[in-house]
Amino acid sequence: MNERELVALERARIDESARGPVLFFFATALFWLLAGTVLALAASLKLHTPGFLAGHDWLTFGRVRPAHVNAVVYGWASLTGFAVIVWLMARLSWAEVRYPSLLVAAGILWNVGVVLGTVAILAGQGTSVEYLEYPIYVPPILVAGYALVAVWSIVIFRDRREKEVYVSQWYLLGAMFWLPWLYITANLLLFWFPVAGVVQGSVLWWFGHNVMGLWFSPLALATVYYLIPKVIGRPIYSYYLGIIGFWSLALFYVWLGAHHLVGGPFPAWLITAGIVGSLMMFIPVGATAINHHMTMIGHFGKLKYSPTLRFVVFGAMSYTAVSVQGSLEALRDVNLVTKFTHYTVGHSHLGMYAFYTMTMFGAMYYIVPRLTGWEWASARLIRWHFWSTAIGIAIYVALFTWGGWYQGVMLHQPDSQGKPVPFMQVVEYTRPYLIGRSVAGGLIAVGHLAFTVLFVLNLMRRGTRRAGPTLFHEEPAPVASQPELAASSV
Amino acid sequence: MFSMQRGLAIFVGITFTFATGWVGLIVIPHLQLGELAAQSEEGTTEVYPRPLQGLAAQGRAVYISEGCLYCHSQQVRAEGYGTDIARGWGDRRTVPRDYLFENPILLGSMRTGPDLANIGARQTDETWHLLHLYNPVITSPGSIMPPFDYLFETRRIVGERAYDALPLKDDWAPAAGFEIVPSDRAKALVAYLKAQNRTFPLKEAGR
Repeated sequence: MNERELVALERARIDESARGPVLFFFATALFWLLAGTVLALAASLKLHTPGFLAGHDWLTFGRVRPAHVNAVVYGWASLTGFAVIVWLMARLSWAEVRYPSLLVAAGILWNVGVVLGTVAILAGQGTSVEYLEYPIYVPPILVAGYALVAVWSIVIFRDRREKEVYVSQWYLLGAMFWLPWLYITANLLLFWFPVAGVVQGSVLWWFGHNVMGLWFSPLALATVYYLIPKVIGRPIYSYYLGIIGFWSLALFYVWLGAHHLVGGPFPAWLITAGIVGSLMMFIPVGATAINHHMTMIGHFGKLKYSPTLRFVVFGAMSYTAVSVQGSLEALRDVNLVTKFTHYTVGHSHLGMYAFYTMTMFGAMYYIVPRLTGWEWASARLIRWHFWSTAIGIAIYVALFTWGGWYQGVMLHQPDSQGKPVPFMQVVEYTRPYLIGRSVAGGLIAVGHLAFTVLFVLNLMRRGTRRAGPTLFHEEPAPVASQPELAASSV
Repeated sequence: MFSMQRGLAIFVGITFTFATGWVGLIVIPHLQLGELAAQSEEGTTEVYPRPLQGLAAQGRAVYISEGCLYCHSQQVRAEGYGTDIARGWGDRRTVPRDYLFENPILLGSMRTGPDLANIGARQTDETWHLLHLYNPVITSPGSIMPPFDYLFETRRIVGERAYDALPLKDDWAPAAGFEIVPSDRAKALVAYLKAQNRTFPLKEAGR
């Protein structure tokens, strides 16, 4: 055996050690994605057809909507995040996962928490504290499950045989440390030892915004930083841009929550700090965008072939878009219009879906075949998955950006006679956009079904056995410069 | 350049940067606002705000469990910043003191429906609230608010009509011999809505 084959064997052994927990995280994440999609469609339909599934307290809009948000945030997004943490940490540290069954136990614990929380919200026990709707007995279960994942990943990191610490690992370490600080502080100060009055609002949005930017974003960025170079077979463009991007994110992002308080009953200095922090975000976002773009240059042609690359690059570009949009939304004049409207809902889906979720789909296309030893069953289904989710989310964001903006203009700015537009007229105006959103959501759901079929077929090792990865089109030359012995899906 | 090759160095860095935002968004606001107290009107016994009592406090729990917050905010923006006051959603902006006893705070982040910070001041009619909850289009044609008919009970009229039976007419009227009455939860929710009144003059709110 030559050295290259030995390395490939070792890599396969590391993947093997991560197989159980990573597949468990992915499989249960997918379950929550589907559950979250059903809840999302129900909520969306209800908003333009209030009589739909009415008459039952379990299915009222005010419960279905938070059940959806929490199912995708804590179910789908956090569980895919765990999978990526464990797998990337093992690969980049060049160290096996010890006692993987402990991580499966952590995953079971986490899932128990999400099941209890979802049922509790639908049963009317939700807290109405956004992103923290689970009743007080659920967070300790989640914290216990999370603690196992985090400790185990640190152990992998400490066992590392590869001494070089790669950009992705900074983001993973950051996220793993930020999440518990955020989640535990927020739970303590809002439910166990509640602070008074509007300070709760400050704590809430400190948590609500950071959980996006310091938990989900770093996980997805770690994935992007690993997978783009891996698939196109060249190193990341600049290590130093990576450093600038990481530390400026860490420094500025922590202030962003305060821009949710613009115009509200809060001290002016706090709101100003939030706006300044939001504008400073151009630095990390610019550094990261340039770094990814310069790495991709000359390789955009590979988007035609590689499902992983196409999903991940779609995610990375959405990151730039959602970040620029978010910074602008923080400005007082813009915020006056967009706050309280569907524009914000469009923005959050651009972040959590077009950026985070699409990146995670890309990660799954890369990781899963390496764990099951089986290639994806059908390029046609992958195409269905990509186009229906990509077009679906594009329509979604476009509708809510346009419709939400004019909803805000009508709602918050006087008309030509200097009078407010009658409220019911604003409601009437938004209706077609709400209907359009349901259609876009239906399209996204089709993509999720296609992906579920692919995932289940892969776990069952069904479909034709392939020698190489399942690509959108047969490619003239090999995609990766470092072929791997085991499955090599890209 | 800061070494990015050592776990400990990364750990110290992310702790420090994260701590700055934590101090800014949590510790300082808590120090600044944590000691805020209710305001009493000189020469009178009036004190504002007061914690909710009785039925209104129970209604707050209903407001939370049914998720009203996902479509309704409870905050009035200042004159000159938006049209909140022109819409009649309040006669002044809301300030930290207004929320002194709110736990959890229900500021809300959506206005799919109107702001409710002062709904008790602008709509005092109990029957209007009950009809609106039973099915919003009865009082507000074109509304996309869901019906909360499950907070009401349809029952056979025994003897006289109940004093609190909904005055439903035409298409909305129940079958002959039946009446629709609000449950305790519906009554509590209405009591809570009617208690939403943030019109007490406060110096820091400019009036």
